[in-house]
Amino acid sequence: MAERKEVATREFMEAPPRVNELERFIRVFFSRRVVIFGLVVLVILLLTAILAPWIAPYNPYKQDLDNVKGQPSVEHWLGTDTLGRDTLSRIIYGSRNSLIVGIVAIGVASGIGMTLGLIAGYFGGWTYIIIMRLIDALMAFPPILLALTIAALLGGGLTNIVIALGISMIPPFCRLMCGQVVSVKENDYVVAGRALGASPRRIMLRHVAPNCFPPLIVQMSLQIGGAILAEAGLSFLGIGIDPPGAAWGAMVSEGYRYLLTVPILSFAPGLAIMLVVFAFNMVGDGIRDALDPRLRGTI
Amino acid sequence: MAALLEVKNLETRFYTEAGMVKAVDGVSYHLDELEIIGLVGESGCGKSVSQMSTMQLIPTPPGIISGGEVIFEGRDLLRYPANGPEMRSIRGAKIAMIFQEPMTSLNPVLPICRQLTEMLELHLGMDEEASRKRAIELLTLVGIPGAEGRVDDYPHQFSGGMRQRVMIAMALSCNPRIMIADEPTTALDVTTQAQLLELMKEMVDHFRASLVIVTHNLGVVARYAQRIYVMYAGRIVESGTTKDIFSNPRHPYTIGLLSCVPRLDEERGRKLVPIVGLPPNLINMPQTCAFLPRCPYSIERCKQEKWPPLEHLDGQHYAACFVKPEKTGGSNER
Amino acid sequence: MKDDLVLDIRNLKMYFPVTRGLMRRKVADVKAVDDVSFVVKRGETLGLVGESGCGKTTTGRCVLRLYQPTSGQMYFEGHDISVMKENKLRPLRRKMSLIFQDPYGSLDPRQTAGSIVGEPLVVHHMVNGKGEYDDRVEELFRIVGLDPSMIDRVPHEFSGGQRQRIGVARALSCDPSLIICDEPISALDVSIQAQIINLLEELQEGLGGLSYLFIAHDLSVVRHISDRVAVMYLGRIVEITDADTLYTNPLHPYTKALLSAVPIADPFVEETRERVILKGEVPSPLNPPSGCSFHPRCDFAKPECSQTIPQLRDVGGGHQVACLQI
Repeated sequence: MAERKEVATREFMEAPPRVNELERFIRVFFSRRVVIFGLVVLVILLLTAILAPWIAPYNPYKQDLDNVKGQPSVEHWLGTDTLGRDTLSRIIYGSRNSLIVGIVAIGVASGIGMTLGLIAGYFGGWTYIIIMRLIDALMAFPPILLALTIAALLGGGLTNIVIALGISMIPPFCRLMCGQVVSVKENDYVVAGRALGASPRRIMLRHVAPNCFPPLIVQMSLQIGGAILAEAGLSFLGIGIDPPGAAWGAMVSEGYRYLLTVPILSFAPGLAIMLVVFAFNMVGDGIRDALDPRLRGTI
Repeated sequence: MAALLEVKNLETRFYTEAGMVKAVDGVSYHLDELEIIGLVGESGCGKSVSQMSTMQLIPTPPGIISGGEVIFEGRDLLRYPANGPEMRSIRGAKIAMIFQEPMTSLNPVLPICRQLTEMLELHLGMDEEASRKRAIELLTLVGIPGAEGRVDDYPHQFSGGMRQRVMIAMALSCNPRIMIADEPTTALDVTTQAQLLELMKEMVDHFRASLVIVTHNLGVVARYAQRIYVMYAGRIVESGTTKDIFSNPRHPYTIGLLSCVPRLDEERGRKLVPIVGLPPNLINMPQTCAFLPRCPYSIERCKQEKWPPLEHLDGQHYAACFVKPEKTGGSNER
Repeated sequence: MKDDLVLDIRNLKMYFPVTRGLMRRKVADVKAVDDVSFVVKRGETLGLVGESGCGKTTTGRCVLRLYQPTSGQMYFEGHDISVMKENKLRPLRRKMSLIFQDPYGSLDPRQTAGSIVGEPLVVHHMVNGKGEYDDRVEELFRIVGLDPSMIDRVPHEFSGGQRQRIGVARALSCDPSLIICDEPISALDVSIQAQIINLLEELQEGLGGLSYLFIAHDLSVVRHISDRVAVMYLGRIVEITDADTLYTNPLHPYTKALLSAVPIADPFVEETRERVILKGEVPSPLNPPSGCSFHPRCDFAKPECSQTIPQLRDVGGGHQVACLQI
């Protein structure tokens, strides 16, 4: 190779100042109080789930038939349920189920959905048509119905519920990813990859997928709330965690008959569901804003 | 005779995440009747922002017009509120602007006719029938074939060149005194560009208006402009008649610009002389001359003093430089 | 003579089908490239110039087999690459590379500059081990005038001109014989354009045997950097000649109009120039005029021009024109 004068290096050395992306992300993310509130709630949720055995005042399964449907009191801050079990402890343990369901279901849904979306979007043509029609078919089922069907086939229990929910939530991830891929694929740097002879696999994994993530990350955080809500719905309907497992939705269902007399039985788990879903939504919003400053007005 | 438009010490700032940018930093120029002037510079030099500032079209926040005067018809336009009735009666009617991207300047959901007649009804008080007739006349005037049949079409049904003609028609519809063309042909092919520039010249003559051409293309102003202002980093670094600027450029940036552009009619072997370095970072600029880091003619004085003011050379020729080098060679006087 | 040619394109056609309806029936063709033939000799620069819709970018992409040509033959260094299978084509790909127009879109925003430049080395297994890789990437940075200390920076930390240099370094990494430059400077500031033009010229001088297919719409730049120039209009080449003759003796009416439309930065010249202002607009490639596609806008058109498609004819000294009236 011929050598080249070093003069040029000196002349063109200056670069625009480095912008600290992480610092900017953090600053925008924490700029709204609701987002901070959401994050705090999620941290509390996580700690509650992890530390459940240590912070729950009672064993959630322990029945105390002398003390059923008790109002909130000093011994039982949120009262007791129809079998005398401490509501607060059940809520605390219930957080585990909710968190597991939310995270794992979304993990499954996004993992499968994003992979399918990547393949469909990149190759186009018949691959796209086939995958998308399958996804359309999946979407045609109302998620609860789908979960019911799968649960009926596989039986109840946490694992199967998670699988059922996960499968039913694939479509939004697949379609979002596919849309992203189709647009990212048009960028010159992807064409550059093809021009230099990189294999489709390399291009998809190294160039296309990483550039599609931001909206998907947002989608994931927003959908976790949805998954938790769906699980609550399922357990309210009686599918899902087998009793005596503590699940917020089931707790709402059990307390439903006593709304006028012992409202805390339904409200407490209901409030928990609401807070957690709200928190995930707020954090998802915050991530979205922080990733794309153009959505905000003045920052 | 007093100038048609006189801008004095215009200053516009933008407050961004990274800092404050003085997009326009003490710019003064004037425009006479029936004159065509060119505002030349690269991206970021402030030429577009300065024109938007005279029309008070700067988004506030993050921008703000922080100083100066824009004297038009005896009044300082900057004294009026940006969205007040006075500015609204001037924009489009007395001073009209056409932009680089006709697709985004035209409303895609309204037919062309509506967009034209809206202006005519608003500013000239015409009724529906009269304004429609005038719209068709204007479209024919700017060279849209079969105007009567096309007047109800939507913007996307026109090609890029046609849309720009429609923009010109809209700009001229209310007989403005001044037309400002902001990079009007950059997005167009060279042959279309030639057509459109000729059209603008004809129209400006026909309507007896003045024209400000904002561009980075020196060739465009060489042909059409009578006087030129060269901008760099928000300031005017050289001004003068077109012939002055091209045959006797005295600011290192102007000299650099002229040497680094290949000319269609020159010897093929000439090595281009690039301007070294990078375009200036406008955030928190130093007080010294903005061109200093890239200037091959700089002296000690340039590093120590505040940036040089525009100094009079002769006639209408001014340059903002302590050195004011004479370029050897250059365009030939015929 | 064949050994001298890096690229030999014969009767290249690239039609894009327009489909309608659920079953995607083809209703028409966009004739982006319609029977184009040219050669590029070793070490020379062929400029491909024309306005939007003329097919120059599509031609460049076809040469790189980013599209599968509808018909025609393409020979790269003697190999017929028109229909070659991808796995056989891959090793040849390291000898031809592409520089893009958009310095912001042509670099993966999530990769470091060094890994962008070094990717071809990895894909084509050109280096053994990290040491060699690092050395080569550093060398490439220096060759294009970038400070090697910036290897770990990401694209948005560079200016437009610097990003374009990264693109050039990437194109050079595997020692190509042909670089296709697709509007490499039109997105840059004027003062930076000259830097990149000079860089490309110096590389060609220094590296010997490097050819460019320089695609652009700016005639002044094309004339400056090219040895020969081909003018395209609506998918066809209307004139090919060496760069000097193109300016001093253009023959095709479109070439003349194109030349006269280019603004020259000299008011004295502009005052006295002869101007040919074309009437009408470039027709849509979906519905090109019959016969010579330029005839509706041509001042010299005769009835036969709308009936017969003119072929490129050599009128002496390698100057080819496609016009029935010459």
